This record gives sequence, C-alpha cells and structure tokens, in this order.
Amino acid sequence: MAARSFPLGGVHPPDQKHLTAAKPVEPAPLPDLLVVPLSQHIGAPARPVVKKGDRVLAGQAIGEAVGFVSVPVHAPTSGKVLRVEPAPHPLGPPQPAVVIEPDGEDRWADDLEPLADPHGADPDEIRQRIQAAGIVGMGGATFPTHVKLSPPPEVKIDTVILNGVECEPYLTADHRLMLEEPDRILAGLRVILSVFGLDKGYIGIEENKPDAIELLGRKAREQGFAEVVPLAVKYPQGAEKQLIKAVTGREVPSGQLPMAVGAVVQNVGTAAAIWDAVSAGRPLVERITTVTGEGVAEPRNLRVRIGTPVRHLIELAGGLRGEPGKLILGGPMMGIAHHDPDVPAVKGTSGVLLLPRDRVRTAPEGPCIRCGRCVDACPMGLAPTTLRTLIAHEMVAEADEWNALDCIECGSCSFVCPAAIPLVQAIRYAKGRVMARRRKGG
Amino acid sequence: MIPAVGVLGLLGLLAALGLAVASLRFRVEVDPRVEQLEGVLPGVNCGACGYAGCSALAQALAEGKAAPTACIPGGPDVAQAVAGILGVDAGETVQRVAVVHCKGSPDVAPDRGRYAGIPDCRAATLVGGGPKQCPYGCMGLGSCERACPFDAIHVGPDRLAHVDREKCTGCGACVEACPKRIIDLVPADRLVYIRCTNPHRGKAVKAVCSVGCIGCRRCEKTCPFGAISMDRDLARIDPEKCTSCGLCATVCPTSTIDDLVEVRYRARIDEDACIGCTKCAKVCPVDAIGGERKQPHRVDPEKCIACSQCTEACPVNAIHEGEPLVRGQGEAA
Repeated sequence: MAARSFPLGGVHPPDQKHLTAAKPVEPAPLPDLLVVPLSQHIGAPARPVVKKGDRVLAGQAIGEAVGFVSVPVHAPTSGKVLRVEPAPHPLGPPQPAVVIEPDGEDRWADDLEPLADPHGADPDEIRQRIQAAGIVGMGGATFPTHVKLSPPPEVKIDTVILNGVECEPYLTADHRLMLEEPDRILAGLRVILSVFGLDKGYIGIEENKPDAIELLGRKAREQGFAEVVPLAVKYPQGAEKQLIKAVTGREVPSGQLPMAVGAVVQNVGTAAAIWDAVSAGRPLVERITTVTGEGVAEPRNLRVRIGTPVRHLIELAGGLRGEPGKLILGGPMMGIAHHDPDVPAVKGTSGVLLLPRDRVRTAPEGPCIRCGRCVDACPMGLAPTTLRTLIAHEMVAEADEWNALDCIECGSCSFVCPAAIPLVQAIRYAKGRVMARRRKGG
Repeated sequence: MIPAVGVLGLLGLLAALGLAVASLRFRVEVDPRVEQLEGVLPGVNCGACGYAGCSALAQALAEGKAAPTACIPGGPDVAQAVAGILGVDAGETVQRVAVVHCKGSPDVAPDRGRYAGIPDCRAATLVGGGPKQCPYGCMGLGSCERACPFDAIHVGPDRLAHVDREKCTGCGACVEACPKRIIDLVPADRLVYIRCTNPHRGKAVKAVCSVGCIGCRRCEKTCPFGAISMDRDLARIDPEKCTSCGLCATVCPTSTIDDLVEVRYRARIDEDACIGCTKCAKVCPVDAIGGERKQPHRVDPEKCIACSQCTEACPVNAIHEGEPLVRGQGEAA
C-alpha cells in the first residue's frame, strides 16, 4: 500500500537527517546561566513570581499564567535568581526573562501533585494539570496545549493525531524520542484520548523513519488504542492541516481550525510532556533539541534544560566548523535566523541549526519569470507570486481576497523559486497587513 | 442633397430637443458648494481626513458631517476657505509637522545582524524586530517615505528618515506607516525635540546607541517651564508647555535633544514705551527682568535665556529683539 500523503503541492528539500538520526539523546550539562523567558508560548506572557536574589528549586513556578491562553514558566533547575529583566529572545526583540544561576544540586520542588489515576481522571483535572505544567505545542508553534484540548462544547472531536512526522530537514529530536521513549508517547496519547472520551488515536510518521514506524507500530498494536500511519516523505507533511488531510482525508476549511473537522493534532514530544505532568507531576522544563548543521563539528541530539543559551549547546556539539553563515532556531524551512548565540533554547526550540557560509544562499532577488513553480509547490493551493505582487503594491484587500491568511508559512514557495524571491516572507508581511485591516473593519 | 440636409437637420433637431428635455427632467441635484469645496481642497487624496479622497471630504463638508478643519494637510488656509464657503467659523487650527524621534545612524547605533529580506520597515520588524540593535531605532528602510503623499520624508545616506519641513503638511501618513512608532506630529512652531523613544535604563540604551536618551533627567531639571517629564527612563517634551527656548539641548550629555533654532534674541525693553505693568517680570522664568512698578523695566542680559515669553506678555509691544544668542545646532530634523 502506498503511503498516505496530502494531495496538493509540497517539496522535497534534502533532508540531511543522517547527521544526527543515529545519535542517541544525551543530557546536556547545565550551563553557567539559564535565561528563562517569561513568554515561550502564544498568548499572554507569564507574570514573574520571583525576584532577584530568590532561591528556586527545579520545577518551581517562576512565572504564573495570565488568563486562559497563557501558561506558567518553571525553574529548569535549582539555583539563585540573578535578575528579572529583558534578555535575548528567540522570537524577536529582547523580552523579560528570569536569569538563574544553577547551584549544581538540581533539587526538585514537589509543587505539582501527580494524578493518582492518570488514565481515569476527570478531563478538567487533566487540562488543569497540563496548564499548570506549562505545556505548549513542542513542534515549534508553542500554542498552549490545554487550550487545544478545550474545544467549545458544541464541537465534537472524534480524531486525535500525534505528529511524529518531523518533516523539517536536519531535525531528529522527535525521531529519537519515538525510538527511545515510545512508552511515554503512547501513555500521553492515552491521556489525550481520555480527555475526549475516545478509544483510538493515530500517530503519523514519515516513511524516512522506518525504525520508528516499526517500533511504535508494534507497541501500538500491543496496547490496542493507537495506529501508526506511515506517510510519504514530502514537505510539509507534518503541517497540521496537511497531516489531518493525509491521515483522515478531511480538509480543514479555509480560515478554520482543525477542530472544524473534529481533529486535534499534538506533537509526539507534547504527548510525552503531558504524561510526565499527569503521572509524575513534572512541569515542562526540558526538551530534546537537535544541534546540527554542517557548521558544527559534532552534531548531536541533546536533552536540554529550557533557558540554556544556544552558545552552550554549540560548544557541546564540538563548536563551530568553518566560517558560520547562519544560525537558525528550528529547522531550515520554518526556523528563525538569529544573530545572537546568547539567545536561550525555549519550549519550542526543536533544533539549533548552524549553516556554514557556503551553504547560505545569497543570490540577489531576480524578476519573476512566471514559471508557476511556487503555485505548484504551495500545499494550501495559494498563488504565492500573485500574493507577493499584490502586497508589493499595498493591495491589502486584494491579498485578503486571494486568501493570504490561509498561508501556513511553510516556505515551500521560497524554496522552489528560481529567482530567489522572498515569497513566504512577503506573504507573512501580507498576513500582518490583512489582519490589521480586518481589525480596523476595513 | 437638399432633402438629405433637411432630414439630418431634422433628426439633429429632434435629438437636441430630447437631450434638452432629459437634462431638465432628469437633472441630479448637486449642492453647488461641493464643487466649490473641491476647488479649495488640495486634491492629493492623501486620506488624512479619514475620507476616501478630497471629493468624498467635500461631500461630507457640504453635508455638515465633517468639520471645516478636517483637511489636515490644507492647514489654516484651507480651513478658512472651507469655512468661508460653508458660512461658518473655522475655529483654530494648529499646523503640525512630522518629527522623527531617532537620530541613531548606523555609526552610532549599529545593527545586530544582516537583514537580507524585503526592504521595508514593516517587513523587517517581522524578523526579530528588525536589524537594528536598538528596538526603537529608525531602520531606514523607507516605509514612511513610500507612505508620504507629499514627498516630504526621505531616508538619507545616514539611513535615517528626515522630514522636509517645507513640504510636510502634518497629514500623519508616515506616523501610521512606521512600525517603530517613532514619528510624531508636533506643532510646527515647536523647534526643540527629544529625538529618542527608547524608554530603557541608561545602561541598556548606551549599549545600543550613543545618542539615545539615558534618562539622566538633566533636561527635566533645567527646563524653566516644567515642559519635560520622564516616561520611565525617557524624557518627553509636552508641546503645550514647551517654548522652544532650547536650554534642555545645551545640557543633554548625549546630544539626544535637537534645537532647530539657529539664532535667538535676548529681550530688550524699550524704556520709552514700557508702562511698568510688571507682566514681563511675572512671566520671566529666570528672574531676568527687574524694575519698580510704574517705572521702566530692564532685562539682565546675563540671565536672559531668550525664551521670548516676556515679548508675548507685554501689552504695549515694548519688548524687542536684543543681542543675538546662538545656541541651537539649527540642523534639519
């Protein structure tokens, strides 16, 4: 049987996963300083509840959630709070962060009670634990998980999909997690299923990870409540809407959320974190990060405490190899380039990618030759070159009519463009303008 | 030949008659003032009034839906003309100009990385807030320049936006376009500006820019009019209170404050005209004016800061320009 896939568009970037795919996850030693941003999720930033000079224990809340679409932030290890002030942030200008000097003892707080019976607990209690543990989507989007697990009462969720696709080139964090800790993932899936009262869920994995498909597939068959769905190797197979289409055949309508077709998608790492929270009372203070690229000496998969500066991770990967060209947090397709190696790894940092200078495309932007490759590549069926032309002329209303807001920013258009036109960048800009216009009611 | 002329002539006559009847019968009533109003409006369709161009504003004015002062670029002249046509009082209009509150060119406020994306400030801010180290700094990618309908704001070789005060009409299009919100409309007769909007602590500002406001409060303490207040660690001038005396610019250790007045003149009292009403002495913020009641007053030129408050207060116009005082840099903002 041919592996399932999403039907429209998609690209095949060289995946470069061989650099780290076979390397087991190793714990990263603690750095001298941890910089823990108070905003590591979509929604209101956490409010700090510690101050300079305070002693904190690992897992102790250092920032509290502000409202429903917000999560708390926890101390990744025990130590002393040096300051609470704006610090480099992976998503943009400096933002408030708690800077902690680890004391090396790594003593844990037991603030968060584990649930006595994680698989039989009340859904509201599970959601409350998930929020209290500060869990967000660990695939990179960092949307608070408890919100995703709280659909409005009139919405019936009948499909839960775990995302083990990891279609971004270079990254192997989810791959290693699936190989090394399949039981955590499956237990987390069972908790998610119980929230919706379902008895079966799916795990989508790209066919370039046959070992993970085999292992998780076997475990899933044994336990009976999960099915592994092998998926064709095509970027962006792991994008939420594409994954739902590939697994269920359902298409999320334009402008709507997956819940519109009764589906909820969670990253495999998120499922594992959910299990830690409800079974052991452990908040989200560490994650697996792939430190990779041709620009580091020894690419590795590391278990990283949140707040570890990227500089420390690069050193753990043997330091730089050659002249660095670009530092990207995340994968090469959707990750964000950064200028400052002192930026910390956060809950959504799936990878730290260093490209040497000769691998960074610096071709100047040329004129559009109307080849249509971007249109063919777009998995959402948009016309990137048209959108880019519209927004270049500030035609915001027209960009809206051409469904700019449906862009998932996967970058396939920019990847295939032979004229090196920054298409996804232009559409990202267009989306901001369209949203501003809609807010104004124009 | 003759029948042809006759037939065509008759046809023409009939058609003309039909048109004449139609033009009377189906005439659309137009307020004649709308055309007059369109005539006095600038006609650049900048949209600063909030209407879809000058015609739409003219319509709204005629219907009484817009105030006579609605045309911002037109300023007092257009407001007067509009008020004349509508037969109402224009009220007071303040001419404003755009001021860019940043003077951190790349040599004093360096970039933190190379930005290779779309050359537009709003697009650049999507990439980690933009390439400049100072999150409040002008990136010089020209969103304001492209938004200006009057060709009045340009990015210079120093990669900073500069306002052409002659051309600027205060329409505010650049204010809207700037993602860093560092452009502001200020009354045109205010000529001293704090050209920084970074509210961070002095140390943090110093780290990213050598001409940014470090919050030392010297200007606040120096201002004789109480026009400067601190917003966190950023000094701000209240244009209602500021008299553009320029004293603040002389004490600013980082040269953040620009003073556009090249030459000021100290006050000189015409003793023959002075009636000794003491009004000038009362408004003088530095006690530079002395004299007995009902006797001619005198200005102490050592103390006078050339703020011209006394000139404005004098009921008999007895205070004139005295010795020149060169204090401002006079450079274009």
